[in-house]
Amino acid sequence: MAPMEAKMITLTIDGKKLSVPEGTTVMEAAQTMGIHIPRLCHHPDLSLAGSCRVCIVDVKDMGIYMTACSQKVWEGMDVQTSSPAIRQARRDIVELLLDNHPMDCQTCERDGNCELQNLAYTLGVRERLFKGERKRFPREDSSDSVVRDAEKCILCGRCVRVCAEIQGVHNLGRHGRGFASQVAPAHCSTMKDSVCIQCGQCINVCPTAAFLEKRAAEEVFAAIADPKLHVVVQVAPSIRAAAGEGFGFEPGTPCTGKLVTALRRLGFDRVFDTDLAADLTIVEEANEFLRRLKAGGPLPLLTSCSPGWISFLEKFYPELIPNASSCKSPMGMMSTLVKTYYAEKAGIDPKKVYVVAVMPCVAKKYESRRPEHYTPWGAPYTDAVLTTRELIWMIKCYGIDFPHLDDGRFDEPLGIATGAGDIFGCTGGVMEATLRTASELVTGRPARRLDYDEVRAVEGLREESIAIGETILHVGVSNGITRAKIILDKVVRKEKAFDFIEIMACPGGCIGGGGQPYPPRGVKALDPDLLAARARALYTIDGAKKLRKSHENPAVKALYKEFLGEPGGAKAHELLHTHYSAKLPRGIR
Amino acid sequence: MSHCACHNTDNREQVEAASRAALSEDILRAIEEARRDPEPGGRLISILHKVQGHFGYLGKEQMDAVAQLLQVPAAEVTGVATFYHFFRLKPGGRYVINICLGTACYVKGGAEVAEKFKEELGIDFGETSKDGMFTLECARCVGTCGLAPVIMINENVHAKVKPDEVPALLARYRDKARQEQA
Repeated sequence: MAPMEAKMITLTIDGKKLSVPEGTTVMEAAQTMGIHIPRLCHHPDLSLAGSCRVCIVDVKDMGIYMTACSQKVWEGMDVQTSSPAIRQARRDIVELLLDNHPMDCQTCERDGNCELQNLAYTLGVRERLFKGERKRFPREDSSDSVVRDAEKCILCGRCVRVCAEIQGVHNLGRHGRGFASQVAPAHCSTMKDSVCIQCGQCINVCPTAAFLEKRAAEEVFAAIADPKLHVVVQVAPSIRAAAGEGFGFEPGTPCTGKLVTALRRLGFDRVFDTDLAADLTIVEEANEFLRRLKAGGPLPLLTSCSPGWISFLEKFYPELIPNASSCKSPMGMMSTLVKTYYAEKAGIDPKKVYVVAVMPCVAKKYESRRPEHYTPWGAPYTDAVLTTRELIWMIKCYGIDFPHLDDGRFDEPLGIATGAGDIFGCTGGVMEATLRTASELVTGRPARRLDYDEVRAVEGLREESIAIGETILHVGVSNGITRAKIILDKVVRKEKAFDFIEIMACPGGCIGGGGQPYPPRGVKALDPDLLAARARALYTIDGAKKLRKSHENPAVKALYKEFLGEPGGAKAHELLHTHYSAKLPRGIR
Repeated sequence: MSHCACHNTDNREQVEAASRAALSEDILRAIEEARRDPEPGGRLISILHKVQGHFGYLGKEQMDAVAQLLQVPAAEVTGVATFYHFFRLKPGGRYVINICLGTACYVKGGAEVAEKFKEELGIDFGETSKDGMFTLECARCVGTCGLAPVIMINENVHAKVKPDEVPALLARYRDKARQEQA
């Protein structure tokens, strides 16, 4: 929308006069009077494409239909948004899209969540009249995380735009022309050989199933059914804030207890909380940070929890690898502890332990297969990663009546978390949790301040100066890689001396991850209100807890005492830390 | 500790050196010139023309090098390269035959000339003969309508070509290749 002081334009839409600021599009103007013009390629956070033609409207005296998403209003414009002829034209457009699309809705992953399917129904496509050739492309599943199915693509270009504009990766482009067009990485290479950082935002914005996560649900079902395996599951912070959406709960309803019960019903032997490992990450990372502050560098310390961001770092900014925290992600720490500490304590052969992680993230699937995260006996510490979407499906598949479940509790000894661990799922959460712990470590006094609203970077980017005792820390927080680049460029060019920077690959942080539930019908992917509701759930959980500082977590204290030794010590370093290296192909910043 | 402040993890120099090695001097000069533009990507097409002019086609290595040195995403480079008919992604034959099928040439029998070439060489447009000698392409007006139907074989223009002249024309170029090899 144009700013308030803009010139007002008067036009007529469906016979009614209205005034809107100059620069408003017909689609936006119609929305102000309660008219929702059908659309497909349009996404309010992305640039205009005008490629699907579904939003056509009739403008008097123009002679051709115009696209409402891209056409700006003009003085005296007379728009008709609906008529038998427009309805027919829109229906024909969607029918033609369907004609070049596989007829496999019933067995498609996005059945019920597909914008093309919804639109076809809404516009009244009830039969397929056009019989023609259909494009054929093989399904491309080389990547550990993201599957590309070009046959399902309708060339709306949302994935191309989200990858370039929100994520700054520019991995996808349109290749070829006409009927042979397809969206693919450079050279139409596989996703594995591309600059893809595996964040999965292409999956979130795709209106169909042209991009999907690589599923692990069947492997997990098989592991649970295998009597020789002891199957342990861990749940990331943001799952509890979003899983309810799959079962009709209002977005932002915390569902921790029901989630634990549902996992137990699915047959997992132990249900552990990734948030405990988030607390552990904070203790390790705060120690690493203070050590670097004392040693004079390398600073700024860059967080390392988000595997999409780490992949971006290795491909696009490898010179900053020494700045990245060597801490494994909470998932990595938890899985390592399950196959060492827990297996030892429970007297189970770690080779018989199968670890499943439920994550809001598709890049975690890739992280779990990085060679650094394998056990000495050659198995991955994390055997399988499920997205929130996959878990919701599994629960439904087992006929578990989620809304009516009792609240369960996480299992000992890896089931206690502080509020600091819970907020890892939101942008600024790692920063806030670190500040809660670091301020005590620096001053040696109990921290009075627990809430750091200024680092909750809901709009995507924050640069703040925060006093901890005598020390002023210059911190940065960003989510969505395009915004991270702004801070990273300042670091590379030495324009500003930051001490600590939190980067999350996905908009809003993990709550907006590439593995989170598709939004309800009528709500767009990445909707800020939806993300805010999920964030609220995590802050509510945090606020209600007695323990809100990671280093006060009794389970973490016990871990160090019984098993790990000192934070940052030799054993902690061996088990909880990792390393990164420059990777090819090198991306273009 | 796994990380040390002095440890160089950057691969920019290697990537840049490999990119420079993949291109010729005049292409590198054109890229350097483009880099001074506010929008270096605006010169992408003209640079790809230069690459094809030098190498005969756009190879993966060359396109990646252009992306790195021009700092334009590789997906954009290959998107452009696959969009335009003119760009060739595989090596062409020793002689590239461009048959004009613009309006004037078409009216004057360009299509029949094209058919004769296809028949003689046993290939379609965009393909290369098995011996690697000829690649067949069609052009949309080469700007010499007075000479219609016109064909170009590499840099040479052949005017007012008739279908029955085609076998002799091909034989001439085969001879030429033999002589050059000898």
